[in-house]
Amino acid sequence: MNKFNKALNYVELFLSIFTTMKFLKHIGRYMIMLYGVFKRPTKAIVLKELILKEIDDLIIGSLGITAFISLFMGAVVALQTALNLDNPLIPKSLIGFATKQSIILEFAPTFISVIMAGKVGSYITSSIGSMRVTEQIDALEVMGINPLNYLIFPKIIALLFYPFLIAIIMFVGIAGGYLASVYGGLASSEDFIIGLQDSFIPWHVAYAFIKTMVFGLMLATIPSYHGYYMEGGALEVGKASTTSFVWTCVAIIIANYILTQLLLS
Amino acid sequence: MIQVNDLRKSFGDEEILKGITATFEKGKTNMIIGASGSGKSVFLKNMLGLFVPNSGEIIYDGEPLNEMEIERKSNLRKEMGMLFQHSALFDSLTVEENVMFPLRMFTKMRLKERQENANEILERVNLVGLNKKMPSEISGGQQKRVALARAVVNNPRFLFCDEPNSGLDPKTATVIDNLIQEITHERDITTVIISHDMNSVMEIGETIVFLKDGKLAWKGTNQEIFKTDNETVTDFVYSSNLFKKVRIAQNKGL
Ligand SMILES: Nc1ncnc2c1ncn2[C@@H]1O[C@H](COP(=O)(O)OP(=O)(O)OP(=O)(O)O)[C@@H](O)[C@H]1O
Ligand SMILES: [Mg+2]
Repeated sequence: MNKFNKALNYVELFLSIFTTMKFLKHIGRYMIMLYGVFKRPTKAIVLKELILKEIDDLIIGSLGITAFISLFMGAVVALQTALNLDNPLIPKSLIGFATKQSIILEFAPTFISVIMAGKVGSYITSSIGSMRVTEQIDALEVMGINPLNYLIFPKIIALLFYPFLIAIIMFVGIAGGYLASVYGGLASSEDFIIGLQDSFIPWHVAYAFIKTMVFGLMLATIPSYHGYYMEGGALEVGKASTTSFVWTCVAIIIANYILTQLLLS
Repeated sequence: MIQVNDLRKSFGDEEILKGITATFEKGKTNMIIGASGSGKSVFLKNMLGLFVPNSGEIIYDGEPLNEMEIERKSNLRKEMGMLFQHSALFDSLTVEENVMFPLRMFTKMRLKERQENANEILERVNLVGLNKKMPSEISGGQQKRVALARAVVNNPRFLFCDEPNSGLDPKTATVIDNLIQEITHERDITTVIISHDMNSVMEIGETIVFLKDGKLAWKGTNQEIFKTDNETVTDFVYSSNLFKKVRIAQNKGL
């Protein structure tokens, strides 16, 4: 039995080394990919067009669904806060304050980014992945075009506009809270607005946008990585999209923790 | 001219190319033939640098591919045209945009000029009136021809075609074969064509490389292939009933 346990330990050690190596391999290849994206650029006029198209697809195309979600989430936050306010000494303006804080600090930057990992992320992975399996990436390469630059650079630039989307989302979310409070009879318009203005810390907004920038870069590059280096056929494109969604979420959640630790504490 | 020396390529433990040496001459239509799965496409992709060979050399006009800087390699590739076995058209672009793509990327031509060039070449591959269609809206054989148009539109110095006429009716196939040969002679370029269609071999096999199980089994010309006694070759050539009958007729002196 003892011997068996010992052997098991070795197997475990081997497995953990193996998975670490595999993980490191992915990190290494991801870095090489990022380096490749900025080398041998495509003709400027073509890039400009591609960037505009990606902004349209990735940013403007996501406005509807994220605004919809945000409007209702803002309303729910206001509602929840109001329902938990049974102490008459606590002012109604807290509803506005709580809505503002949760929307700006976490909901708009982090939660919406996770949703974007599903919407934009799987779109990026499957579009690049299907180009890989149908040899379109090889076709680009054979023409002397850098496929990394041609395919991924425009997505990175487009997602630099991600903070604009998030700014709109913040506004819509707070508007949702306002509407729910005022028209749902939870608080008066004045109370809600007092809450919004209460102990306003500009650094919190800066923190939210720094996070957004980082998440935007992750949303552009991690799904691209999963699409670009995928192998196999149509079935694997589907699998790659799922894996890409999982890893993008994990990366966003971990980065969120690290950034909060660094920037707020 | 392209020279390939002792090319070897494995995927995992499986060796697909087992040391192939061949020369592809300028101004000629050079064919690679062989059974399905014999490694023709893998061979071609190694020549293009899409796969990295395990050993061996690929030399373009005296310049070894594996010694080229990345910049040099991408400049060389701007002078290449490639027709993939499964077409590999960009599915977000229309037929016309696909054909104009190399011109857009590498020339200063205006849209009008690019369209004229694209139309001219689309006409030569027998495709008129499909300009605004998406690749998913046209047939497999039509996709092939669009891909050929895209491969030759920017006057490449090296042209590679992986089964240019598979999926085409015999008449269109002949048109495509003749077009490839015309372009090759007109522009004096190096053309490499993969095929297992004996008609094409007969028509345009100016030099022929025969692959079997990842090895070079025979090389020669279309004049010689019908006279050779090499059994693997005759086996392949006369596997079609039509050619078998021709062979019997020949032997009877008819
Ligand atoms: N990317 C790859 N990974 C692993 N094995 C591969 C890969 N590509 C090709 N092969 C193997 O190499 C062998 C030769 O394939 P190849 O595509 O070159 O055949 P082919 O001669 O072009 O056949 P066909 O005439 O049917 O197109 C096949 O057995 C295939 O399984
Ligand atoms: Mg093939």
